[in-house]
Amino acid sequence: MIRYVLRRILVMIPTLLVVIFIVLALMNLTPGSPALIILGQDATPETVDQLNRELGYDKPFVVRYFQYVSELLKGDMGESYRTKRSVFTEIITRFPTTIKLSVLEMVIAVCIALPIGVFSAVKQYSAFDTVSTVSAMFLACVPAFWLGLMLILVFALKLHLLPSNGTDTWVHYILPALTQAIPQSARSMRMTRTSMLETVRQDYIRMARSKGQVESTVIIRHALKNALMPVITMVGIDFGFILGGTIVVEKVFSINGIGTLILNAIQVKDIPLVTGCAVFFAFFYMLTLLLVDILYAFIDPRIKARYQGKTL
Amino acid sequence: MLKISGSAEKPEDMQKKRSSFINADTWRRFKKNKSAVIGLVIFLLFIVCLIFADLIVPYQKAIEQNLRIRMQGISSEHWFGTDIYGRDIFARIVHATRYSLFMGIVSVVVGIVFGSIIAAIAGLYGGKIDRCIMWIMDTVLCIPFMLLALAIVAALGGGLQNLLLALVIASVPIYVRVIRSSILTVVESDFVEAARSCGTPDRYIVLKHILPNAIGTVIVQATMSVGTMIIWAAALSYVGMGIQPPKPEWGSMLAEGKDYMLNAPHLVIFPGMTIILCCLSLNLMGDGLRDALDPRLKD
Repeated sequence: MIRYVLRRILVMIPTLLVVIFIVLALMNLTPGSPALIILGQDATPETVDQLNRELGYDKPFVVRYFQYVSELLKGDMGESYRTKRSVFTEIITRFPTTIKLSVLEMVIAVCIALPIGVFSAVKQYSAFDTVSTVSAMFLACVPAFWLGLMLILVFALKLHLLPSNGTDTWVHYILPALTQAIPQSARSMRMTRTSMLETVRQDYIRMARSKGQVESTVIIRHALKNALMPVITMVGIDFGFILGGTIVVEKVFSINGIGTLILNAIQVKDIPLVTGCAVFFAFFYMLTLLLVDILYAFIDPRIKARYQGKTL
Repeated sequence: MLKISGSAEKPEDMQKKRSSFINADTWRRFKKNKSAVIGLVIFLLFIVCLIFADLIVPYQKAIEQNLRIRMQGISSEHWFGTDIYGRDIFARIVHATRYSLFMGIVSVVVGIVFGSIIAAIAGLYGGKIDRCIMWIMDTVLCIPFMLLALAIVAALGGGLQNLLLALVIASVPIYVRVIRSSILTVVESDFVEAARSCGTPDRYIVLKHILPNAIGTVIVQATMSVGTMIIWAAALSYVGMGIQPPKPEWGSMLAEGKDYMLNAPHLVIFPGMTIILCCLSLNLMGDGLRDALDPRLKD
């Protein structure tokens, strides 16, 4: 198991190298040199050239790529072109906000989706099932940023119940978290329901029922455990979407997190900052996928056995 | 005596049925599904708006500013009211289909075509090629969709074409994953094995066996993805990196209206509801299609 985890962490390195390459190449294609953007249109060509040299932007792309990677290996993510602060500091100061928000979104989404999904599958074609499936269908189509605007309109502007921006207290997180959690829970609920419906029709469920097992035990011990497998995978993958989605949510609620940071950085072509954020997002996402796989081993003995075998 | 039943169809008939993936049966099953038909009707209405926008309401009404009638509510003259510059919101929503819905459809069609080609190469050849392709796709998937799309738009500049390109590039890995897994299921099935053992050439196997059987999943995935792409395109425009004003686009209409939504909620409600309605119609259709193409999958 430990060997497997180590292997997975090692595999992350080439992936991160490719991510850095893609982002640097894209930023290389953006029009205008960084110095021109920092100094503005009025700057003389000489000062622009000088600043570009200082930033190392006069060198060819491949050289800059390897420079960035070697600096990164030394633990240096460079410094922001605009604020002159270290990229690492910029990211780490906003890190708690974005992670708190994303994790909260995921937790709320799962807490809504799982019970409703399971219950609708168990009581298929009941009124509860119809209502929850129809509303999930509808909510899955709601764009998160629009839902955010509606929540602000109703709860902040009309009812004055909840704050619409900032992150001072936990109350400030409620609306932004719900913004992404609601459409997400609708998608996860549909997934849970489908997976549960498939599981309930398996032979071992019929077997458990026919031997006279109590229905609640059949559902919780036999069906749920098996039905959860694909749901967990989806949750892991969706976490990546949620991380990306925070870019928009933070914009809607004017939250000073990594999403806002990245959006501003892209607009002013702050190459070290954009690359740093991309590396951060990619690393975090891969870590989540790894955690999901480890979680699998705890839930599914078949997979645990495979880890302990010699095949890996 | 045991009688073999259920083989009344001649082999040629079965072959015919398999190769025409959308046959009369599919359509009959689709028609029976009420919500799918509702979805189809709503979607066709959107398509009518996309094609005949100029006939429904002149483009001039969507971009001409008239500050005397700004932020008016719903009236017989302005069905959805007017925006902060006095432009007719209904006209803007109708003409925005030319950007929003167009981007959704085109990005998915182009993305699926490229995704299918890559997935077919990976699924058919397997081994190292498969592992290499999937590793690249997984790597791209590690960059959040929004971040990748934003970076591409920043690199190439705004505008319809570049936005489309951004959506296509960012979504291809997702299609490759889905299509590859559906191709693999078919590749490993007995009838492909049988065709192979008869010495059928690869080209023939792909066209006659794999494509017709895997295309159902592809069509369903495509239908559902159009809605998702419309939402992502709107999100890009909302953060100011998509279609630029004064061109009408659902997402940028929301961005323009958000500061005035307390006094004029219709500025954000109508464009938002349009996105939801469009996305909903596509999802209803997708669900219906999935059930119609493969009744086994029906809950």
